[in-house]
Amino acid sequence: MADNRAVVRLKEKFASSIIEIIEFRGEVTVTVHKQDILNVLSFLKQSLQYNMLTDVTAIDYLGKKDERFMMVYQLYSIPNKDKLRIKAPVSESECHIQSATQVWETANWLEREVYDLFGITFENHPDLRRILMTPEWEGYPLRKDYPLQGPDREPYKGRLS
Amino acid sequence: MATTEKMILNMGPQHPSTHGVLRLVLELDGEVITKITPDIGFLHRGVEKLSEHRTYHQVLPLTDRLDYLAPMSNNLGYILAVEKLLDIEVPERAKVIRIILAELTRLKSHLVWLACHALDIGAMTVFIYAFRERETIMETYELISGARMTSNFFRAGGLSMDVPPEFEKKVRDFISSMPGYLDQYEGLLTTNPIWLKRTIGNGVISAEDAIDIGITGPALRGSGVDLDLRRDNPYSGYDEYQFQVPVGEKCDTFDRYKVRLVEMREACKIINQALDRLKPGPVLADSPQVCYPPKENVYNSIEGLIHHFKIASEGYPVPAGEVYQGVEAPKGELGFYIVSDGSSKPYRMRIRPPSFVNLQAIEKMAKGSMIADLVAVIGTLDIVLGEIDR
Repeated sequence: MADNRAVVRLKEKFASSIIEIIEFRGEVTVTVHKQDILNVLSFLKQSLQYNMLTDVTAIDYLGKKDERFMMVYQLYSIPNKDKLRIKAPVSESECHIQSATQVWETANWLEREVYDLFGITFENHPDLRRILMTPEWEGYPLRKDYPLQGPDREPYKGRLS
Repeated sequence: MATTEKMILNMGPQHPSTHGVLRLVLELDGEVITKITPDIGFLHRGVEKLSEHRTYHQVLPLTDRLDYLAPMSNNLGYILAVEKLLDIEVPERAKVIRIILAELTRLKSHLVWLACHALDIGAMTVFIYAFRERETIMETYELISGARMTSNFFRAGGLSMDVPPEFEKKVRDFISSMPGYLDQYEGLLTTNPIWLKRTIGNGVISAEDAIDIGITGPALRGSGVDLDLRRDNPYSGYDEYQFQVPVGEKCDTFDRYKVRLVEMREACKIINQALDRLKPGPVLADSPQVCYPPKENVYNSIEGLIHHFKIASEGYPVPAGEVYQGVEAPKGELGFYIVSDGSSKPYRMRIRPPSFVNLQAIEKMAKGSMIADLVAVIGTLDIVLGEIDR
């Protein structure tokens, strides 16, 4: 992990914004403060050739962590063929983060999906609308407190026979 | 003096060329498209939400139903992610069969793409031919798993069962005749003046734009970016096989067509190499905490029955942690990001759908062109709505 090129450079440049660095099964995850997310992502793209944003998603840690949501960005470097995962915690009371659309256009629909299913809003997003659910839908289905059966329905109790 | 105004045209969700339930709201100036607003989500079944409430074993059938034209690729991506979390080694025979099936699936998916893409542009003969070959692949699926489409064949640690003895001959026969069939398709299309007029210069997207918007798979290689996860980040033993990665130059629909056709020939080569490596042996790892016992143990011993019952009712615990596994699915990079909290159900499973991200490029590729060209762009992007909407 110590010799990972991204980790070395990020430690130099963003020492104060890094919360945690983990390596698990050969995959490196760097967690940063959400106010620095755009700087970190654009630095990785401009200076370290992580030129592709593979995925943007979120995790709901309801009742498990102080800050409820975790934004997850999967980066890929086509010239160096390596991957990096950047995460940033987002609290429920301030449920917003800067949009990565200025850095990659890919983020447009991926962030719309996170907004649609988790209710995290993105600042400076060009077109923040629901994408999979209908526009008038209430609630955010991928949140842990959203019932699996959908709203106002009896939970499935298993087969009777 | 005559005044002109823009017209809004609703294309889909039920439209033969939108390949499923895709709705496009088009803003037209005459016949020229000035704005495209895709409306997706008609097929949203909440696969990611469902998988949080099922054991790792029960999630597998859900993955078949994402890209239903390439079920084995989805199975492979998911199973590799689970195996990475579990950190178990898969027997050699299972790896080889997985590669044969993954490449057969690539052929199957590309055959549907070729058939429908050509049909949309008006070349009907190719459609009939390609579906004839696809039928053979479906029969192979049926032979090994009993199902023609939702095969659900892979398991964490290997395969659900060994393939029957006639499998090898069936695949060998098919693969030896496939290059001839590909020549037939090329004979019908590659020098066909109508095909060339409809595809050359259509749906151009530069390499920089394609990377910026996150396109992966053949659509990215058609724009000249040499990226193939099978070669660059090998998984499931792909590093032991020799194959070429075709790239395009002109970034248009015709180059993407050529890239996919070469990919089909390369898939045949990979299958041939894999068939030569196919040696008898176990197809399931020796890790009883994860793998089901053989059926004869279940039927003939109480220990085997208990073992089977334990895994079926409780699932198996998976170490806490998070992994991302991307595979080169026929349509692009299919990724599974699984967060485990140490229980037998995924805490969060994210599917990175290639079609979803690729579809985002539709406005860039078709803006300023005619409606008929938009149909060609939808075909060349090779989307499947089951995967986009999940």
